[in-house]
Amino acid sequence: MNNLSVDHLLGIKYLEKSDIELIFKTADNFKKIISQPIKKVPSLRDITIANLFFENSTRTKLSFELAEKRLSADIINFSSVSSSIKKGETLLDTVNNILAMKVDIVVIRHPNPGASVFLSRNIDAKIINAGDGTHEHPTQALLDSYSIREKYGEVKGKKIVVIGDILHSRVALSNIFCLRKLGAEVRVCGPSSLMPKNLESLQVEHFSDLKEALEWCDVANVLRIQLERQDVNYFPSLREYAMVYGIDKNVLDGLKKDITIMHPGPINRGVELSSDVADSSHSIILDQVENGVAIRMAVLYLLAGKIKLN
Amino acid sequence: MIEERQILNKESIQIIIERLCHQLIENHNNFENTVLVGIQPRGRYLSNRILSQLNMINPLNIIESGNVDISFYRDDLMRRENPILPEEMDMNLSVEGKRVVLIDDVLYTGRSVRSAIDALMTFGRPTSVELLILIDRRFSRHLPIQSDYVGRTVNAIDSEKVIVEWKEVAGKDRVLMRKEE
Repeated sequence: MNNLSVDHLLGIKYLEKSDIELIFKTADNFKKIISQPIKKVPSLRDITIANLFFENSTRTKLSFELAEKRLSADIINFSSVSSSIKKGETLLDTVNNILAMKVDIVVIRHPNPGASVFLSRNIDAKIINAGDGTHEHPTQALLDSYSIREKYGEVKGKKIVVIGDILHSRVALSNIFCLRKLGAEVRVCGPSSLMPKNLESLQVEHFSDLKEALEWCDVANVLRIQLERQDVNYFPSLREYAMVYGIDKNVLDGLKKDITIMHPGPINRGVELSSDVADSSHSIILDQVENGVAIRMAVLYLLAGKIKLN
Repeated sequence: MIEERQILNKESIQIIIERLCHQLIENHNNFENTVLVGIQPRGRYLSNRILSQLNMINPLNIIESGNVDISFYRDDLMRRENPILPEEMDMNLSVEGKRVVLIDDVLYTGRSVRSAIDALMTFGRPTSVELLILIDRRFSRHLPIQSDYVGRTVNAIDSEKVIVEWKEVAGKDRVLMRKEE
């Protein structure tokens, strides 16, 4: 297989296993390129990319921008904080206006689940979902699985537990799809109030006990409590959450084995992870960030290959 | 209908490689400041042959070498049916101040060589870059690029394909011209 089966990256759900493997193989090459003295390649010189961020983002936005620049694309950035959305423009109008500037690829983050799917049906550009509400965040899941593959050689057969606010997390859902497709075992852990109702239909098992979950897994992917998405109180206090589900050095030392700690960022230090764990040798958090650029370069390169000039 | 004819066999390929090596020695002496760089994927095979032949002629010379992958430096990503999948960028060296010999099996439009020069420049500024080619397809250049060392020149029209087969991948060394009608 030397081409993606999809025309857009809307979610891991829509990808074949062979697509994920192709992205990983391409990312391996880009990882080498970005360690060269000159990290820029001219592949996307004819391409214009719009980064539309209707929701706050630091690392995803920077990572996409860096990937695009390393591929020599022209980029325009848009963030809803300083835009005409506040003046009442619809999503489709905003995007169509931007497309009139001859944009080939749109990277979009939006608070509404399905925003990227909606765009892909209505406009003529390649769409990359950079997070749509509580739905999916495919590039994050790809870089998470890629980092596990880098650490262990392969993802197949590994046991991964996703810990924390599963209910509000697009990272969790995309991770579950991605790891499953690659043959890993995935379970989740956290307070029952933060578990989605569809866990059973996803056939994902749930640990309510943190220690039990950590004893089971090879890798713990720890998520942030998304206070900004919580409209009601799902647990008594952050302090109590940290006491029951926070991972610190004592918790790790109490395990019978070594596990790997991942976190998609931003970390709330002292809540889900203590500083001594986040900065320890167990953590591959900074590798995830580095791999994020290579993964995004691979996705952009492969999707751009689907654009036909002439 | 596919029409196929052999233009080089194992023995003639070997004779050509020996001659190319002697031409290289004539210009590069003991290869002190020279780097041989194969263009991935197919230039690598010729580059390896040249290296082992040079080593047979003078085992005392230590010759620096690498293989450059040009996938990300090409100009046709959006003009092909499928994207080219990259090979390994095997360049654990700097070409700064070096005399580089680029090596590929077939010189056709010259676009691969153009990409290879771009890719090469990301590893430093070489003093000079030369080109060594096994088969030079005359009359089909899109860019003003010529080779400095030529194995065999052939006249081939666009509907003809030149296929270089190496023992390592195809079981035997030979060069074919294939015409599809």
